[in-house]
Amino acid sequence: MTAIPFTRLTLVEWRKQLDTRAGLWLLISIALITAAVLAVMAFIGEGATSFEALYFGTSTPIGLLLPVVGILAATSEWSQRTGLITFTLEPRRTRVGLAKLVAALGSGIAFFAVAVALAAVFHLAVVAFTDARAAWEISAGALWGGLLLTVIYMAQGVAFGALIQNTAGAIVAFFALPTSFSLVGSLVGGLRDVMPWIDLGTATEPLLFDAGAMTGEQWAHVATSSAIWLLLPLTLGLIRIARSEIKSA
Amino acid sequence: MITADHLTRRYGDFTAVGNVTFEARPGLVTGFLGPNGAGKSTTMRMLCGLTPVTSGTAHVLGMPFRELTNPGRRVGVLLDASAQHAGRTGREALTVSAMLMGVGRRRVTEVLDLVGLTPKEADRRVRGYSLGMRQRLGIANALLGEPEVLILDEPANGLDPAGIRWMRDLLRDFVRSGGTVLLSSHLLHEVEKVADEIVVIGNGRIVAQGSTEFLLSHSQRSLEDLFLDLTADVSRDAAAPATHESTRENAR
Repeated sequence: MTAIPFTRLTLVEWRKQLDTRAGLWLLISIALITAAVLAVMAFIGEGATSFEALYFGTSTPIGLLLPVVGILAATSEWSQRTGLITFTLEPRRTRVGLAKLVAALGSGIAFFAVAVALAAVFHLAVVAFTDARAAWEISAGALWGGLLLTVIYMAQGVAFGALIQNTAGAIVAFFALPTSFSLVGSLVGGLRDVMPWIDLGTATEPLLFDAGAMTGEQWAHVATSSAIWLLLPLTLGLIRIARSEIKSA
Repeated sequence: MITADHLTRRYGDFTAVGNVTFEARPGLVTGFLGPNGAGKSTTMRMLCGLTPVTSGTAHVLGMPFRELTNPGRRVGVLLDASAQHAGRTGREALTVSAMLMGVGRRRVTEVLDLVGLTPKEADRRVRGYSLGMRQRLGIANALLGEPEVLILDEPANGLDPAGIRWMRDLLRDFVRSGGTVLLSSHLLHEVEKVADEIVVIGNGRIVAQGSTEFLLSHSQRSLEDLFLDLTADVSRDAAAPATHESTRENAR
């Protein structure tokens, strides 16, 4: 019997993100919330109606909510106890973990495209229904920087889910740990200078605005803080998946 | 073929499974009998590579389970019928497994038919399934890859008498064509009726094993009395493994 190809494993994991009402509605809700944010920006707010401004507006709902899709992809094997079946059908558990990661990144990239499209639709609507003028200028760096940011946060979601293996715990940790870390960093004077190196939020801030204009040092910030907040939990999470006991209760 | 050789699992000071050695051979239904908490499920999870072993070895089809490539095509496993995503339909749960194993969608319809889940039931979410329906879904999942070996933990739980009868026939057919079945149960009468060989476990240790015929004639009583005696014995008497050895010798 030949081994299960990685592409098949990934497609199955992708399907598993979408084949329940909970999974599907999570994605639909994120799209609706993103649209609601854009609607407020476009028709209620003042001035920020260019395509670029609307595009930046999508980053908050995406950054906040999309990683939950990644968290759930990893934790559902435990919360829904499907691990008994999944890991008997593919006992090479690291491959399953990596397939979950790739599938979640696929969802992230697809959703990023949806967000860009939503921003475009709202910009068209603003131009059509108000006296705002068409303003489509956007730097390529802002677009692929935003895409990279989406990928980083999605992967971080999977990493926290794999490491903590409990949905509520992983969601709390995902939001509370980096935030409290940033808070501590801003209060402790000695940490202020090193924060861009160790704090993912600080390091990735310039990515969204124009990744094309980033300096080498800024890229080094992204690399080191991603190593701490993404690669480290991801590695530990994959090790935990590979070694832990899979039980039904 | 399933082989457990001095299989041991300890959790801290607690020995959940100690020195368990047995075989389940092709063409036979091997019943794994013991009261709740005796170590049946832990043993089965070790056989399937889900629970790390403390010591000893577990082989399925001649190798550790985790070394099998695409094991779903060779070994059908049902460890907990309730361990399904509540939000998936029965058909979707099987479709996910079928995609992973690389068997066609037609096989999903076939096994649904085989276990007696109607198309309407198959399209309902597992959340609304009775335990009996979940067992049927779990058995369908185990049969999906047309395996040579079945490992089933308490598959008769929640089945009605007709369902138990149906499963017994299914397992008899399966071994008649050369398959290997290991099934656990605390339902003594059920095991007595379906198993060719019985392994009795109590407090993590094997207390008796042999052919069903031998175990029944040897005691001249029902297997239930034997089972209750043996499992009661092991909790009082640390020398129980000796019983197991002698019973085993006689059984050959």
